[in-house]
Amino acid sequence: MTEMVYGALPVPDGEPILPKWWRTIDRWSLFTIIILFAIGLLLGLAASPPLAERNGYPPFHYVTRQAFFGTLAMIAMIVTSIMTPQSVRRLSVLGFMVAFAAIALLPVFGTDFGKGATRWYSLGFASLQPSEFLKPVFMVVTAWLLAAAQDLNGPPGRLWSFMLMTIIVGFLAAQPDFGQASLVLFGWGVMYFVAGASLKLLLAMAGGVVIFGVMAYNSSEHFARRIDGFLTSEIDPTTQIGYATNAIREGGLFGVGVGQGEVKMSLPDAHTDFIIAVAAEEYGLVLVAVIILLYLSLVLRSLLRLTRERDPFVRLAGVGLAATFGVQAMINLGVAVRLLPSKGMTLPFISYGGSSVIASGIAVGMLLALTRSRPQGEITDLLSGRSR
Amino acid sequence: MTDTPLRIPLRPLARILEAREKGENPDAIERENLRLRHEEMRDRARVRAEGRILVLGAVFALAFMTIGVKMWMVAESEPAEPRTSYAGMGIVAQRGDIVDRQGRVLATNLDTFSLYAHPHQMVEPRRAAEELAAIFPDLDRERLIKDFTGSRRFVWIRRKISPEQRQAVHDIGEPGLLFGPREMRLYPNGAIAAHILGGAGYGEEGVAAAEIKGTAGIERAFNDYLTDPANGGRPLQLSLDLTVQAAAEEVLYGGMRLMNAKGATSILMDAHTGEIISLVSLPDFDPNDRPNPPTEGHPDDSPLFNRAVQGVYELGSTFKIFTAAQALDMGIANPKTMVDIRGPIRWGRHTIKDFHWYGKELSVEEIIIKSSNIGTARLAEQIGIERQKQFLADLGLFEPTPVELSEAPSGAPLIQKNWSELTTMTVSFGHGMSISPLHLASAYATIANDGRRVRPTLLRQDTPQVGPQVMSAAAARQAQTMLRQVVTEGTASFADIDFYSISGKTGTADKPKPTGGYYKDKTISTFASMFPAHDPQYVLIVTLDEAVETSGKDPRRTAGWTATPVAAELITRIGPLLGLRPEIAPVPLADITLTSN
Repeated sequence: MTEMVYGALPVPDGEPILPKWWRTIDRWSLFTIIILFAIGLLLGLAASPPLAERNGYPPFHYVTRQAFFGTLAMIAMIVTSIMTPQSVRRLSVLGFMVAFAAIALLPVFGTDFGKGATRWYSLGFASLQPSEFLKPVFMVVTAWLLAAAQDLNGPPGRLWSFMLMTIIVGFLAAQPDFGQASLVLFGWGVMYFVAGASLKLLLAMAGGVVIFGVMAYNSSEHFARRIDGFLTSEIDPTTQIGYATNAIREGGLFGVGVGQGEVKMSLPDAHTDFIIAVAAEEYGLVLVAVIILLYLSLVLRSLLRLTRERDPFVRLAGVGLAATFGVQAMINLGVAVRLLPSKGMTLPFISYGGSSVIASGIAVGMLLALTRSRPQGEITDLLSGRSR
Repeated sequence: MTDTPLRIPLRPLARILEAREKGENPDAIERENLRLRHEEMRDRARVRAEGRILVLGAVFALAFMTIGVKMWMVAESEPAEPRTSYAGMGIVAQRGDIVDRQGRVLATNLDTFSLYAHPHQMVEPRRAAEELAAIFPDLDRERLIKDFTGSRRFVWIRRKISPEQRQAVHDIGEPGLLFGPREMRLYPNGAIAAHILGGAGYGEEGVAAAEIKGTAGIERAFNDYLTDPANGGRPLQLSLDLTVQAAAEEVLYGGMRLMNAKGATSILMDAHTGEIISLVSLPDFDPNDRPNPPTEGHPDDSPLFNRAVQGVYELGSTFKIFTAAQALDMGIANPKTMVDIRGPIRWGRHTIKDFHWYGKELSVEEIIIKSSNIGTARLAEQIGIERQKQFLADLGLFEPTPVELSEAPSGAPLIQKNWSELTTMTVSFGHGMSISPLHLASAYATIANDGRRVRPTLLRQDTPQVGPQVMSAAAARQAQTMLRQVVTEGTASFADIDFYSISGKTGTADKPKPTGGYYKDKTISTFASMFPAHDPQYVLIVTLDEAVETSGKDPRRTAGWTATPVAAELITRIGPLLGLRPEIAPVPLADITLTSN
């Protein structure tokens, strides 16, 4: 009795953690991710041996590394998805500070690996791209700020998040990494849209993005060349896009057969940015369709679950994460078929890349944590006679 | 907020007053109202968000479906042959010509054809492969058969073919063999001026055309200019003179063979404009068929290596004139000042000695004439480290030459990091610092130009350069006089020829071993000269690599015996080509005896 009165004993939740997790998690999305990762390994087996040989490694060097990092990513994803929205938010705020500092210090300590863009920290055994990690935690922090701004007497979260976004986009554009910059911009825009921005404001911002794009086109040769390559009507066969197009063409509906593809021999980014070309060549349109459906189903399911969410923070954060994930996949796929200009964007979970896969794991883990089914006060609504 | 007309204030006065009267906390009323307001707002926001999320989902579904459909369209489309892309940046077909100073063509374009195949259109792929292998013996028959019978839909066969070969391919009568128009870069003079022109290859390539891209030399350095449509195919005019260049190559080649040298280079430069009239580096190559860069061995073993620009050597005693000129310029000495040359000078482990014993003291001009190491070292000691470095830097010897060749930046001088007093002494006679022959040419041109700095250029100039004054005109003239004395009474007596008066300085340096130390029997011998001596118009540098002259009892390797006669022959040959009036020596009055009684 004393304990009950003074609350000295912890009152058990009534349900152990793992069974509760299993019951409330979006199992379909979880399996989608695991299947995507498995497809990534399968394609890595095909795409990376020629590159490994060129770089003087054993043939399955990249596959084993990817399996190792992928396993880490899966673990990170599951651990993150067990967390409550509060812990997701707290950890994200901490992670945001670290990642933000890391991005800000890139010009000082980062390396460019001779690729003309300072995006990485070299750790010796692996490289780290902090922008990959910044993206998901930025989404959560923005969602927090935007949700807080909706309250009466709340902080001016919209302005703050806008300033944060501008600074981050500035850092990313300075690297230059227009792909990640546009992802951050897009994610913020989507959250702002869902948070109830007026349509006029959104249109004005879209105009601003266009102006920025024109400025980038005029000032950055790196950027301009890619846009030019995109705008021309015909494909230069010696560019990455040219190889990718040929590969998709060669593949046809059912592919040329496992291990028979040739694009991986000529494409330097066959295992990262253009892995879909390898998939299309060796396994044909069938596998490509499966991959597209998997990404689409993950995004749509998450969004549908989030429409039922009452907590504005969870809703916004979930939408931001799902949208950036979907757009990243969309851009990568769109580049390969020349619907979009060429950008260095990985295909989440399928492309090779240690920091990419781990960051995607954390991001999707957060998304899964936020889309878990929770009591949404339906009974209260019924009792109080409100329609929703 | 027009959409919520009935809005309850957060602190309705009536309720607050009532609560106060009852002694309740009025803040509770505010909190309750705030909660209700929040709930209402959130409900509204949720409805709006739900709608917007659904819009977002629809956009995603549409976008992914578009990608899927596009993927399907690409997969089902027929492979096309590689067309040149870039509507906005079409391949510039007409690359500008390169001509010499008289307008004679050094590089131009020729229309030709490329050959490619569409195996799926072939009637008899096997026969086509066999016949092609017969026309082009270097093609692999098996490989062709494999390509033509396999699943490839497009195969390149040759980048350039001749009209005869094209007719032979026509005669096969195979519809799957196709021709694409091509322009090829042609160097009608073959190997002449090969190192300056460099060479060109194909860059971006499509069936209908291919872009020609400079791979080395002036073709690469001026690639943007030559391909710029704004120039309207105007030729690029060089300072080179084709006739002089051809003659120089011929004479230098003969000299190189005669002196058993493994390489040779000569530079002829206009002393006032800095124009390079001829620049030869041997062995050379044919830019029409440029060899591949060497993958192993020392780069200067390759004929592609431009010794005049890329080769940095210790150029030996040719440096002494800089020391003397600076001493004269600073007023430390005049040509008659006597300098103590007792030696050898010992400096730590090093000793500086002379080739011969010249006595106890020599005047400055005798030091140059006899080429005394000790004498120049003594002068350098008086000049001092910083001033010597500044002077050499003013002459342009501390940085790569600014000449317009893509290889020029790789000819950076080798300079010791710790420039000690010993370095100052050794550099005064041309050891311990390596520069390219072109550096030497521009430094000598500066002396010949009465002390005004001359920068080398390969483009035709119409006006003399007005560079900074590196040394006084008087000092430069005195240095010119000393150089003339070297020829008339010193080490370069082989350059004392009829018809032209030459001034110059010899220089012989032992070649450094790659492992450290110097070879005893391998030298770089140089003759740096200017002519006509009384009013120098041209500077000529001749450098022979590992030359040895064997007509005497002992093999002779000094420049006076190797590089100097070659340079003298070169001047005899090119002087008339340059339009220089011969200086007729007074005819010795051999048959007339003057009697006075």
